[in-house]
Amino acid sequence: MSALANSALANPFPEAPTNWSLPYRGTVAMAGLIIAESAIFTIFVVAYLFYVGKSTTGPTPREVLETPIFYTICLLSSSLTIHFAAKSLARDRVGTFIGMWLLTILLGGSFMYGTAQEWHRLIYEHGLTISTNLFGTTYYSLVGLHAFHVTAGLIMLLIVAIFALAGRVRVEQSRRVEVLAMYWHFVDAVWVVVFTVVYVLGR
Amino acid sequence: MSSNAITVPGLQIDEKPWVDILHEWVTTVDHKRLGVLYIGYALLFLVVGGIEAIVIRIQLMFPHNDFVSPQVFNRMFTMHGTTMIFFVAMPILFGFANYLVPLMIGARDMAFPRLNAFSFWLSALGGLLLYFSLVGANGLYGAGNAPDVGWWAYAPLTARAFSPGHSSDYWTLSLLSSGFGSIGTAINIIATILCMRCPGMKLSRMPLLVWLNLVMSGMVLITITPLSAAQIMLLVDRYLGGHFFDAQAGGSAVLWMHFFWIFGHPEVYVLIIPCFAFMSEIIPVFSRKPIFGYPVMVAATVCIGFVSMSVWAHHMFTVGMNSYANSFFTITTMAVGVPTGIKIFNWLGTMWGGKIQFKTPMLFSIGFLFQFLIAGLTGIMMACAPFDWQLGSSYFVVAHFHYVIVGGILFALFAAFYYWYPKITGRMMSETLGKWHFWLFLIAFHLTFDLMHIPGLLGMPRRIYTYEPGRGWGTLNLLVSIGAFIQAIAILLFVANLIISYFKGDKAGNDPWDAWTLEWATNSPPPAYNFASIPVVASRRPLWDLKHPEDPDSRYE
Repeated sequence: MSALANSALANPFPEAPTNWSLPYRGTVAMAGLIIAESAIFTIFVVAYLFYVGKSTTGPTPREVLETPIFYTICLLSSSLTIHFAAKSLARDRVGTFIGMWLLTILLGGSFMYGTAQEWHRLIYEHGLTISTNLFGTTYYSLVGLHAFHVTAGLIMLLIVAIFALAGRVRVEQSRRVEVLAMYWHFVDAVWVVVFTVVYVLGR
Repeated sequence: MSSNAITVPGLQIDEKPWVDILHEWVTTVDHKRLGVLYIGYALLFLVVGGIEAIVIRIQLMFPHNDFVSPQVFNRMFTMHGTTMIFFVAMPILFGFANYLVPLMIGARDMAFPRLNAFSFWLSALGGLLLYFSLVGANGLYGAGNAPDVGWWAYAPLTARAFSPGHSSDYWTLSLLSSGFGSIGTAINIIATILCMRCPGMKLSRMPLLVWLNLVMSGMVLITITPLSAAQIMLLVDRYLGGHFFDAQAGGSAVLWMHFFWIFGHPEVYVLIIPCFAFMSEIIPVFSRKPIFGYPVMVAATVCIGFVSMSVWAHHMFTVGMNSYANSFFTITTMAVGVPTGIKIFNWLGTMWGGKIQFKTPMLFSIGFLFQFLIAGLTGIMMACAPFDWQLGSSYFVVAHFHYVIVGGILFALFAAFYYWYPKITGRMMSETLGKWHFWLFLIAFHLTFDLMHIPGLLGMPRRIYTYEPGRGWGTLNLLVSIGAFIQAIAILLFVANLIISYFKGDKAGNDPWDAWTLEWATNSPPPAYNFASIPVVASRRPLWDLKHPEDPDSRYE
């Protein structure tokens, strides 16, 4: 019996199929991570919407929030630049890749600067902190969770940038760079939801 | 047998000093070793959680008993629930998935071996954090105190005012840590199944165990994460003065309930689906028939995965919801019984007309079928909102979910242990001890959990510290406790069997059960690289094809 089974190893039984190709594991894993992260964001968005207008004290969103149009444009356009960066790397145009990649970091960084400025204004001018009222709690948690993901993304982008400037990122790495780009697109898409919920519906 | 001589790592290990062995195990990224680590770690916590259960049962044996103080009693049921769900059931099932999935799809390892190790150690950290609260929860200078807010940790019990010290924080951090570990493993299992299959292993040819673990991992991604999100909110409330669950500032305690049960109910299916997976492998082999209705089994599992996402608020009928919500959750809860029933009929269909061999794994499987059916039926009873209003938060509920978890999940796990132990260690488990274990555990299980329904019907609330004599609960509780002690003895028999068989068991050979899936095609225990050459498959039962070249399954596909 076991001898029979063992011969499976020596001479594999049927002919191997000629066109056997499976998806790239990095893409599948990133898709899994994105699904998991979406569930986390969903819970925070639900909490935000559930608590709109339920604060017992001020300040209210209508009084203090200003729509961050410029920085939103920065973040959304960084999705375009990272897309072009990944495409250039796949076509082995490393120079364009590095340029676009650095531009992405710059745009993402300026978005973070915008968030920092907004928080500074809310804390020092309006006295709104995470413990002031329900609006403060939900606002800083939701926007903060997103900002945390942008920061994590920026750190990963910077690591790739350092390797790229050292000449270590070539066309062979383009699939991995694509995976990172997927994450960045996700972070941008989440901002569309957060923006709608916080700055449009929540006021 | 060893025409192609393969070095088995287990044989080399014996010659090394113990520090090297320890170093190898701590730094390993091999899916089989991580699987064994997961299982060993879970068994350790099974004993700890079992001791907590025994303490609870001693306290409830007699009316007006004061074996432990009310405070300790609260800590015991909190720690028992948290330990058993997060640090026994989850890691043990991930352990089996880790060990078996790559072998069954003919791969050499998981898609991300280092992520695999990272996830395991995150889960391990979670367990340590939970039990560190025993010494560290009041700060190092004070006496410790374990979490005592119940495993649901309903608001406002977890607010600073009602839970001073750090016991709730350790509870939160331990669940966050093990939750991230679970997400990492789930992503890894999905990537492994979709990207690492051997040539010819189409989705429609995967063993059902692999299919069901794929569904389970997909569910983990969207069920564990709401819990993580809620834990983050709880930390914001406790550390940064947030108001998520603070009713005085407009927050809502009911929102925590929803978030907890959006995790909590699908979690039951996350735990039971891998057990369905064990059944779908073990029952066909010991009935000597291929699984009945393979495509329907897959469809039913996916269906359970979807429907179970929309049943959570049946845990909240007694909280008070409007009649539309009550009707919706009653209907969805009853609907999830349909695909589950399909599975039970398919397993029965597999056994029907088969040459059933009553080996220990099969005995536990039959026990599973019977008990899981009853557990499902009491579940349907409680899905009716009016019935639940009467019996919610009573011992009837406790009996129901222990029927699922012990009668279903634990029985399936025992079946899996007896079935795959020969593959993992190269030795058979003792059939005699196994039969003793089965019958003793079966009788004690029914003594405990059949009778536990009755005090519930008589009105005994769950989590009660003690009770008055003359309510008619005394004798029943005494019998329930005696059953629990006998179960503990049966578990000790099982542990003894694990240890004795490791040294004295009969040599297993590659394929002791004459089975059909790929893990039996390699050595026992498998070499580090699993397969000397990557296998190629042409049907759902590659080893059948190999053993019966005159009538292979591939001819009928």
